[in-house]
Amino acid sequence: MEKYNINHLRELEAESIYIIREVAAQFERPALLFSGGKDSIIMYYMARKAFWPAKVPFPLLHIDTGHNFPETLAFRDKLAKDTGAQCIVRYVQDSIDQGKAVEETGVNASRNVLQTITLLDAIEELKFDAALGGGRRDEEKARAKERFFSHRDEFGQWDPKNQRPELWNIFNSKKHMGEHFRVFPLSNWTEMDVWQYIYMEDIDIPDLYFTHKRQVFIRDGVWLAEAPFMKLKDTETLKEMDVRCRTIGDITCTGLTLSKADSLEDIIREVAATRTTERGGRADDKRSEAAMEDRKKEGYF
Amino acid sequence: MSEFQEKQDGYLNMQLLRFTTAGSVDDGKSTLIGRLLYDSKAIFEDQMEAIERASLIKGEEQVNLALLTDGLRAEREQGITIDVAYRYFATPKRKFIIADTPGHVQYTRNMVTGASTANAALILVDARNGVAEQTLRHSFIASLLQIPHIIICVNKMDLVDYKEEVFEEIRKNYESVSDKFDVRDIRFVPISALKGDNVVDRSENMDWYDGPTLMYLLEHIHIINDRNFKDPRYPVQYVIRPQSDEYHDFRGYAGRVAGGVFHPGDRVAILPSGLTTQIRSIETMNGKLKRVYPPQSIVMTLEDDIDISRGDMIVAENNLPHVSQDITIMFCWLNEKALIPGGKYILRHTTNESRCIVKTVDFKVNVNNLEKNLEDKTVNLNEIGQMTIRAAKPIIYDSYKINRVTGSVILVDEGTNETVCAGMIS
Repeated sequence: MEKYNINHLRELEAESIYIIREVAAQFERPALLFSGGKDSIIMYYMARKAFWPAKVPFPLLHIDTGHNFPETLAFRDKLAKDTGAQCIVRYVQDSIDQGKAVEETGVNASRNVLQTITLLDAIEELKFDAALGGGRRDEEKARAKERFFSHRDEFGQWDPKNQRPELWNIFNSKKHMGEHFRVFPLSNWTEMDVWQYIYMEDIDIPDLYFTHKRQVFIRDGVWLAEAPFMKLKDTETLKEMDVRCRTIGDITCTGLTLSKADSLEDIIREVAATRTTERGGRADDKRSEAAMEDRKKEGYF
Repeated sequence: MSEFQEKQDGYLNMQLLRFTTAGSVDDGKSTLIGRLLYDSKAIFEDQMEAIERASLIKGEEQVNLALLTDGLRAEREQGITIDVAYRYFATPKRKFIIADTPGHVQYTRNMVTGASTANAALILVDARNGVAEQTLRHSFIASLLQIPHIIICVNKMDLVDYKEEVFEEIRKNYESVSDKFDVRDIRFVPISALKGDNVVDRSENMDWYDGPTLMYLLEHIHIINDRNFKDPRYPVQYVIRPQSDEYHDFRGYAGRVAGGVFHPGDRVAILPSGLTTQIRSIETMNGKLKRVYPPQSIVMTLEDDIDISRGDMIVAENNLPHVSQDITIMFCWLNEKALIPGGKYILRHTTNESRCIVKTVDFKVNVNNLEKNLEDKTVNLNEIGQMTIRAAKPIIYDSYKINRVTGSVILVDEGTNETVCAGMIS
């Protein structure tokens, strides 16, 4: 029976494709939350597989903080054009201008938390009843408790203590008016799985993931990129270093890795040898022990 | 071939094994998981530092590895595990998904959830206490959910001076009751999770034990046959109609193979209509396939134009599943709100959905002594038993023992929309 073997990446892929199709079948207006990071890139790649040779039957939704790496936006636009995807963008700046969100102040100011407001507004405005997210359970301890089909109340909130049990591969999408679901097809993937899959399938990713020279500075042990809206403390100085992104968030909270990895092979070797977690460089997670849980309850990605 | 390529190919041939761990904190379950993760280098430095900080703040002397899996604020505050936590680690042979479930009596629901997709169950027994009530409860649930492999970890061997007699006594006691369970494969390993004996490395304290270590078992137990490759079953998930110039007449059926093997040219029947046809092609974005088997997700095209929609099932013409509106299930009730006698619920089964009514509660099982109760017909949270259901339309199914995909159902409350019941079709 050895001939019916299937490797772990193909099994994860089959599971994710199954879930993406369940979303298309069980919901009326789904959207795929696209950030330009590797997780949302492979999620969209598998969505294309799920419906091939037809087009993906739902749009991409990008919440733009205005603090993105320009490379991410260029990549997003090219991918949408090449694959014929409909890509909807909503801006945190608009939420700020409308007075719905208030910009943080101080040197550590970030629009990371504000994204939630824009995201929930977009879901309401566009009447999405399901939003596919690239979150993985291995990323963070609150995410380890997340369901594939995660119910959100009419305020977009997550109630982690009162989640629906999820058994076998049967997913319950029943909800009341005004409620919606977040769905996480990559729940069972690890960082290594994602990189192996990108390698196996030869998937295009932004250059930011590979080594490049950049003006950076160090804060609380994390290397951050220079940008017009990044305020430096007096004690901080810019330096040019060889860096790459291990995750891509917005510039204010994306810690860069000092690295000379310029190929997928190098990155995989680096991930295999690394002794810190992927989100170890994310300033947004360091705000408190339960930073992610608190943001998720409010309706974060 | 470069060294990297060789390593890479090795990695790409890894299998995925899902297992649950059952046992209470006192059995050393968190310590065991911590040990597996730590020794396989799946705990990272910043995670370790975060746990060390948290343990220190709570005034604990030792690093509390339970904090790794207790991800919610309420769990950390109360020192209990509320929900199933998923953890991941890999060795060069396999990738592992642990569904770590709380072991308290009131959390049968979580154990059932974690067990539903597991290939193996690790059941911890404290060597000092022997086979306990909860050992039986966990074994019963593992057998009810048809987890193919059970590994009884006799833990804390260091506290009984690593004595062979203690281990053999526990094995004998367990085997004297295990004939009540329907499990294919039961193994016993004497370990000390705290000291590391027989977890990843062979124990130097138990020369008398010549069996495999726990990690060796996890890496080598044969899991491919856990799936059904005999009875071809393909629940239709979604109909693919590109309506583009290039694929003008393309009509494909997307789904995930639930059982058996399909090839282009195979004769198939479409249920519930019973119409028959032939498979024309098996399609993926990476190209056409010559055969497919569980758990692959693909698109199938057929020779004849037949009206097929989501919820239908494509099966081998000469190997048909059951089709009936009436089904009998072993159930586990998952909700605080009790079963409403004669109540209507939504039944979900594969890609199919139907309203249904619970006709009778045949009996309940006391999970602590496995005795049947034929008198009490109330069904409350965490209770297990057998019930008969009538669906509003035909259900296309196999018995759960034959196929975990086509033999499982859930019930959803029409008012609250919550998943209230898990069912294994008899």
